[in-house]
Amino acid sequence: MKTIILVIILTLSTSFAKDTSAYDNFGGKKVIKKVVDDLMTNLLSNKRTKPFFEFTDQDRIKNKLVEQFCSELGGPCKYTGKSMKESHEDQEIKRSHFFALVEELQKAMDQNKVPQRAQNKLLAKLAPMHKDVVTE
Amino acid sequence: MFKIVLFLAAISLQSQSLFAQDISGKLLLTAGVSQIEGAAGGGLTPWAFITGYGTRDQIGASTYYTKVDSQDYSLESYGVGVGFYDRVELSFAKHSFNTLAVGQDLGLGHSYRLKQDIFGVKVKLYGDAVLDQASWMPQVAIGAQFKENKNEAVVKSLGVKDNKGIDYYVSATKILLNQSLLYNLTLRTTKANQLGILGFGGDKNDSYELMYEGSVAYLLTRKVAIGLEYRAKPDNLSAIEEENWFDIFAAWTPTKNMSLTVAYVDLGQVATKENQSGFYSSLQIGF
Repeated sequence: MKTIILVIILTLSTSFAKDTSAYDNFGGKKVIKKVVDDLMTNLLSNKRTKPFFEFTDQDRIKNKLVEQFCSELGGPCKYTGKSMKESHEDQEIKRSHFFALVEELQKAMDQNKVPQRAQNKLLAKLAPMHKDVVTE
Repeated sequence: MFKIVLFLAAISLQSQSLFAQDISGKLLLTAGVSQIEGAAGGGLTPWAFITGYGTRDQIGASTYYTKVDSQDYSLESYGVGVGFYDRVELSFAKHSFNTLAVGQDLGLGHSYRLKQDIFGVKVKLYGDAVLDQASWMPQVAIGAQFKENKNEAVVKSLGVKDNKGIDYYVSATKILLNQSLLYNLTLRTTKANQLGILGFGGDKNDSYELMYEGSVAYLLTRKVAIGLEYRAKPDNLSAIEEENWFDIFAAWTPTKNMSLTVAYVDLGQVATKENQSGFYSSLQIGF
């Protein structure tokens, strides 16, 4: 039993050692764009998130999200939008809203067959933003 | 038991439709499942998670049924848990341990059952296993499990000192999204023999001992996790040896209302029977 555990742990740790670019694994800009398109569609069909995006400039938000995801994944992009704090401070956003968005993002990534490891790498970068996004 | 499950399922479905915008905020799999003593956790060990899918503005709840079958025994565990504002967890669980043929050999009767009730409380102290991805800081919770064995005369005849006992534990749990891994370490101080199914304390040892429990899980998809668990256990009785437990598990959470966990468990020696191992299956329903 102990040997099995050791073997599994070693296999896992070697698979982490060769960490190629998260951006490439994600599928590059083309996939990021598709994910963001699907994300916005999902957000507008979820009644928890719809109110936050319904009457906004959706194309602008999508462009900024593509920049942000691309840059967070280590891709060749620069995020040119407002800070997370600035862009969210006027809204009443709870943790449950934040998680609802993450769920819709996970679904959008699944829809575009983004590998799980690459999905989680993006989520790892976005998760700490809850501090600036969640306002109540 | 199944009445409870159906009742909770009904509440859960109803609350989904009534307050769809403000329940079950957490992400899939990040509420853990119900461990063998009823607390939110893996299969064998509690985690620092608070049961149910409620966030800090919400209440969550869960109910579960678990069965473990080894060569010579069968254990059923079932119960309910409520999580308040992702901060406090209260749980109640029942164990029914079927001695099958061993019961007959011991003169207790075939399929004699040893039973216990467990009331659990857990409080999250600090950290957020999921959100705090920028740091290594785990989510930490402390908890207690108040256990009462229902077969006092039988267990005391084995050299057991008490039919009641309290376990105290601290759990640290972290999801490392970057590695798609979940880690948990639990330190428990306990006198329980085989979780309390064989009472508390014994002729060999009757004082609290510190036990290590650990879990590692790999998040295969957002709905499936596979992993390993280890749980060290005391060895208080001279007549009946007790050994540490291992398991290898897979948990599947198709929706927030349901999760199914299956595992292979290695239980070592249990109540005079050596090399007990077998199949663990658990269904959890909640919101």
